[in-house]
Amino acid sequence: MTGVVVAFAFVAVLALVLILGNLLLKGATSINWDFFTKSPVPAGQTGGGVANAIVGTGIIVALAALIGIPIGVGAGMYLAEYGGGRFGFLVRFIADVLNGTPSIVIGIVGWTFIVKPTGHFSALAGGIALAILMIPMLARTTEEMVRLVPNSLREAALALGYARWRTSLKVVARTALGGIVTGCLVGVARIAGETAPLLFTALGNLNFSLGINRPMQTLSLQIYVYGTGPFEEWHRLAWASALVLMGLVLIISLLARWVTRQRYGSVR
Amino acid sequence: MVASANTRLRLETAKLTALFGSFRAVRDVSLLFPANTVTAIIGPSGCGKSTLLRCLNRMHELAPNTSVTGAVLLDDMNIYGRNVNPVELRRRIGMVFQRPTPFPTMSIYDNVAAGLKVNGTKPREKIDDVVSGALQRAALWDEVKDRLHTSALALSGGQQQRLCIARAIAPQPEILLLDEPTASLDPAGTQRIEELCHALKRLYTIVIVTHNMQQAARVSDYTAFMYLGSLIEVGRTDEIFTKPKAEQTEAYITGRFG
Repeated sequence: MTGVVVAFAFVAVLALVLILGNLLLKGATSINWDFFTKSPVPAGQTGGGVANAIVGTGIIVALAALIGIPIGVGAGMYLAEYGGGRFGFLVRFIADVLNGTPSIVIGIVGWTFIVKPTGHFSALAGGIALAILMIPMLARTTEEMVRLVPNSLREAALALGYARWRTSLKVVARTALGGIVTGCLVGVARIAGETAPLLFTALGNLNFSLGINRPMQTLSLQIYVYGTGPFEEWHRLAWASALVLMGLVLIISLLARWVTRQRYGSVR
Repeated sequence: MVASANTRLRLETAKLTALFGSFRAVRDVSLLFPANTVTAIIGPSGCGKSTLLRCLNRMHELAPNTSVTGAVLLDDMNIYGRNVNPVELRRRIGMVFQRPTPFPTMSIYDNVAAGLKVNGTKPREKIDDVVSGALQRAALWDEVKDRLHTSALALSGGQQQRLCIARAIAPQPEILLLDEPTASLDPAGTQRIEELCHALKRLYTIVIVTHNMQQAARVSDYTAFMYLGSLIEVGRTDEIFTKPKAEQTEAYITGRFG
């Protein structure tokens, strides 16, 4: 029995090793200074980089986090602290359904409600689509983390003359903060690699762009376009982009681990 | 009537009934807690003694589906009156719970100061004074004065409980409610808390819930015995333990039930 589960665990790890190994093998050689600092060159030429996609990923993920984290964490706090009633049940149910919604559907929603009315694809639309993807995730993880805070702490604060909101904020949220931040980072890592919602919203852009009202490239879109393109040079850059994206997600995940380590000593 | 400072009335319940749904956990209890005394509430598990205590600072109503009838008078003001804000009320009545509840994200210092900050910001030096004063009164100062800014979780259970007492008395409440404060402590920790009760009653009116009769006998001036939500008997502690009037009280304190 133990042998069987060890074998399964091995297979699970093997998948990751194969992916990482393959990416390193095919992508590492293409990673150089130009890759990070230059924008794509016209098709057929060699050289150039994906600076536009790296910056774009940063901007769109930041937009999504800016919109998604306050709403998601706020909703999660509500669910855990006040969500006992029918409205809480409804919110929880909707969050669960939204959590299971295919991300391409979120992309179509973004296209229908933002791209079409405004008449153009935009980084902002991409950020909003990713935020929608992130909100239910954050709401449920925040709720779980806040629920872990023992009720005795709430009572202790209330008995000291803390109002309900102050108890939630100063004692409960602070106690659960490590878990909430971890949840946010995991959420960010999750959306950083999303492609489908962005196809309909941020669209992609082979030129360097910082305007959030214009189409913007991300690493995932770059991989999609270059990976399916006809040029060897593009394939090479797609592998390298995949490696960078994977590294980015890895760093965020490590950061999440770092945040949940035994905290107090380092706070002051 | 001119009451002397030592016997002036501080806290009183009048036909107090506390309900969970339709279950009456506390039934028609009228009880007087004279100022600067320790009153112990004893009785078997589930007799309503903790619920009664939680009615005294309006914590009972925080649980879902609960209600209270009757009155609790704090210096003749009904704390269930319409213009009483329960949040402000709780700042006048400190409470310590069965298990130590230091705030895990806060240092020892911040834990003690936690109740001060809700009373409006005060100058830093003032807070420093109050924190050290509260820790001294809670007999914890000597053990923590060199590590005020380290985590409160590093303290032992007994120290944590004294920290919670310091936190409760820092905002200078008038009443101190102790809900089985030594239930999770070892004998040494228990003894320190009991000594504290003696020392602190000079400053506060103390109500302590305990299911340890020896403890009630050791720390309290008055003892109230409750059974099935009702107040069976109340009187001077030495009298309750030597010549109880009610049969049930005698049965309980001699260990025949409960």
